[in-house]
Amino acid sequence: MDAIKHWLTRGGYGSLLILAVLLLVVFPLAMDLFRLNLVGKYLTYGFVAIGLVMLWGYGGVLSLGQGVFFGLGGYAMAMFLKLEASDPESTKIQSTPGIPDFMDWNQLTELPWWWEPFNSLPFALFAVVAVPTLLAFIIGYAMFKRRVGGVYFAIITQAVALILTVLIIGQQGYTGGVNGMTDLRTLLGWDIRTDEAKYTLYFVTVFLLLGSIMLCRWIQLSKLGTLLLAMRDKEDRVRFSGYDVSMFKVFAFCLAAALSAIGGAMFTLQVGFMSPSFVGIVPSIEMVIFAAVGGRMSLVGAVYGALLVNFGKTYFSESFPDLWLFLMAALFISVVMAFPNGLAGLYESHVKPWLTRRKAAPATTPEPPAPGAETTANIASPTSSGTASPTSKISISTKVSSQSA
Amino acid sequence: MTFDEIFHITLMQGFAGLSLFAVLLLMGLGLAIIFGQMGVINMAHGEFMTIGAYTIFLMSALTEAYAPGLMQAYFPLAIVCAFLAAFAFGWLAEWALIRHLYKRPLDTLLATWGLSLAMQQTFRSVFGPKEVSPTLPDWLMGSWEITEGLDIPINGMFVLGLTLVVTGGVLLAMYKSRWGLRVRATVSNRTMANAIGIDTRKTDRLTFAIGCGIAGVAGAAFTTIGSTGPTSGSLYIVDAFLVVTFGGAASLWGTVVSAFGIAQTQSISEFFLSGSMAKVLTLLLIVGILMMRPQGLFAAKVRR
Repeated sequence: MDAIKHWLTRGGYGSLLILAVLLLVVFPLAMDLFRLNLVGKYLTYGFVAIGLVMLWGYGGVLSLGQGVFFGLGGYAMAMFLKLEASDPESTKIQSTPGIPDFMDWNQLTELPWWWEPFNSLPFALFAVVAVPTLLAFIIGYAMFKRRVGGVYFAIITQAVALILTVLIIGQQGYTGGVNGMTDLRTLLGWDIRTDEAKYTLYFVTVFLLLGSIMLCRWIQLSKLGTLLLAMRDKEDRVRFSGYDVSMFKVFAFCLAAALSAIGGAMFTLQVGFMSPSFVGIVPSIEMVIFAAVGGRMSLVGAVYGALLVNFGKTYFSESFPDLWLFLMAALFISVVMAFPNGLAGLYESHVKPWLTRRKAAPATTPEPPAPGAETTANIASPTSSGTASPTSKISISTKVSSQSA
Repeated sequence: MTFDEIFHITLMQGFAGLSLFAVLLLMGLGLAIIFGQMGVINMAHGEFMTIGAYTIFLMSALTEAYAPGLMQAYFPLAIVCAFLAAFAFGWLAEWALIRHLYKRPLDTLLATWGLSLAMQQTFRSVFGPKEVSPTLPDWLMGSWEITEGLDIPINGMFVLGLTLVVTGGVLLAMYKSRWGLRVRATVSNRTMANAIGIDTRKTDRLTFAIGCGIAGVAGAAFTTIGSTGPTSGSLYIVDAFLVVTFGGAASLWGTVVSAFGIAQTQSISEFFLSGSMAKVLTLLLIVGILMMRPQGLFAAKVRR
């Protein structure tokens, strides 16, 4: 019993357990399929958000181009689905049957060579992860090896997002243009538009997401995670200790890219289309705010952030479309000015001390930790304020790493 | 096609590049001051440009309604108003938002992005979602026919002239005035500048506001070549950042050269490729060169 308790608190897995129960039991029971499908869609942004926690919160590198990787993953999946949907039988009214409809509209008469491999599902699944990771590796290697970071990295990644969007929209015949790839139907003959498929895909998304959080948590608790933190705070010290700082950053960037790509692929499967509107500058910055609202140091918090912001977006942009942008603006500004550590930081600085006080008082039952508890549970002392806690923790880990080397 | 025609097309295409150069340079100059000198990532820079553009629109509407006789003369005054409006909003934004965030550059990025969203929605609520254009004075219309088949649009020349004046003014102010001296001192060593009695907070606020004011002038120039909508400014923000980064963040001359290079590359490749591919090619080139040479074209010699 004590061993389990220790495992839950030390790894911060308690909050993960709560998230799992919420996603696997509460939501499916409480919501109809339409709402659940929406949650599934938002959760795919959760992949991007936890990638950003690793890259930005832990690695200290802000990428404004996560939409690129989300989009590439989504497009790789969509290409396979589109090819399957465009068999000669169902496209026989086209002048060239057997190729996707948008190619036919753009007077293409045969499948481009780089589309060919996407006929096979294993290759498509491989490409979902490999293509974005490779791109991230190339960008990251070129930039970090030359010690470009911070602001410049953010601007370059933003430019990459712009390039990819313009390219996709401009090359209509190869990519479906501004409409994207629509009308995706089946995955190996399995209709992804049925209710049953939507349930299945929801659960697949949730399991993948929980698995990704476990993986990231494992990395955070390992020496690698400590090094990432140390690098974020005193890069030079880590470099002088003999570590190859740039390759660690490249790793964090590739990890974030791969996670975003998985999110993108699940997005395509659940929503049934992919378009450049999920690739560009605006969606990429919105993805950063998911992580910021949840707490840039908290994996579980980031998922809550993605859910909350997207629910807010859906609700407000339907009911008060004029108000939504103001709210979003207020969110951006307040998250930066007032709550730099997001929801998780609020939990750390307000809810947790209160819980401890209640626990200390006699004759009260201990309460389970509230959602978003993950953050810095194992490092920061509960009494320190939300803003101060990550800093104090970091300086400790820096010392450890530089001494141990 | 005779040789003459090809020559004329090349000249006109080059001139189209010059108009783009003018807008990019005006956007880039303001940003070079704010981002290059102060290190603030102002994602709302495009919206300050839009403020300038809407000011021109307002002035033109007011003149048309109350003093139709002055239609020929309002434009220069309107440009000054555009500068002042953007300057005032910049001052306000610095006081309310930016000054709290100087030590956290990545956070200014998020905060100013929020600011830009709010400003866009304000424009939409006040001026409506449709694009508007001010009524321009007659002397800005038409084109100057140098020889048969070679037309240079007058508004393009006006924008170019305006850009040259503003650029000259900024360079002069930066390198010859007391303010410029204070800015450069603050940038190179804030603590030291403080110690010798420079009010760095005041300098910061003035510098930020002037950068925004120049964006307002960019907006004024923009109205002569295109119509203004709530999101017009955001179309140029990435280009503006690339202009500044590509030129070398702390160098104003670098900004001028890189704006020229980027505008001409895009405009000339537009002649051979489709518009979107020209854009992709230009951006790829910039990103590629920045990966090879991250400090930009003209790196300031600073000891770190």
